[in-house]
Amino acid sequence: MSTRHFVLTNEPLDEHLATQIISHEGAGGVVTFVGRVRDEARGHKVTLLEYEAYPEMVERVFSDIAAEARKQFPITDIAIHHRVGALEVGDVSVVIAVSAPHRAAAFDACRYAIDRLKRVAPIWKKEHTPDGAVWVDDRP
Amino acid sequence: MRITVRLFASQRETMGLSSIDADVPDGSTAGSALAFLAGAHPALSAGAETLAFAVNREHASSTTPLHDGDELALLPPVAGG
Repeated sequence: MSTRHFVLTNEPLDEHLATQIISHEGAGGVVTFVGRVRDEARGHKVTLLEYEAYPEMVERVFSDIAAEARKQFPITDIAIHHRVGALEVGDVSVVIAVSAPHRAAAFDACRYAIDRLKRVAPIWKKEHTPDGAVWVDDRP
Repeated sequence: MRITVRLFASQRETMGLSSIDADVPDGSTAGSALAFLAGAHPALSAGAETLAFAVNREHASSTTPLHDGDELALLPPVAGG
């Protein structure tokens, strides 16, 4: 696992690593969001999630999201790590870690980043259930 | 002009390809190129109204002009996180 801020990887994610990367002495507040594979979705049992991305684009999108977060909130640092490939229930799919001098900005920026990621990052997932598999369309 | 078209998720599976090199008319936009390509590959029009576009790895719109050598990505509704 690399120590870069914006990462797409086939390897298991380590939330402690993301948190470590963004920790600085002047940052008294650190918020880490960890997204894990749930065992059900819309009333169906989920056995596996298969994540796919547009790798040449996705890390730049993460970097854009981070720049937007920095513009809106007084944060110190932010890291966005996302996994692709076949993930089982309980596996970590995404980690977003944010540090800031004070907690409010860290919470707000972390929330902003995960919400934006879900809307704009070129990442897809196929949900496998006992009845078959379907590409998820999460549009509201 | 010649472009590369990148396919993902359901479209990649339906087409059995993750990338196509294609000749499209000069002056094409992202949207007109998709309509043109769907003529030869009807599977590409499945869910076409829900597709978003990226050109050279930047988010784009259906009216974004294309140039020779461009990479056009057809992005189904995303579901990261």
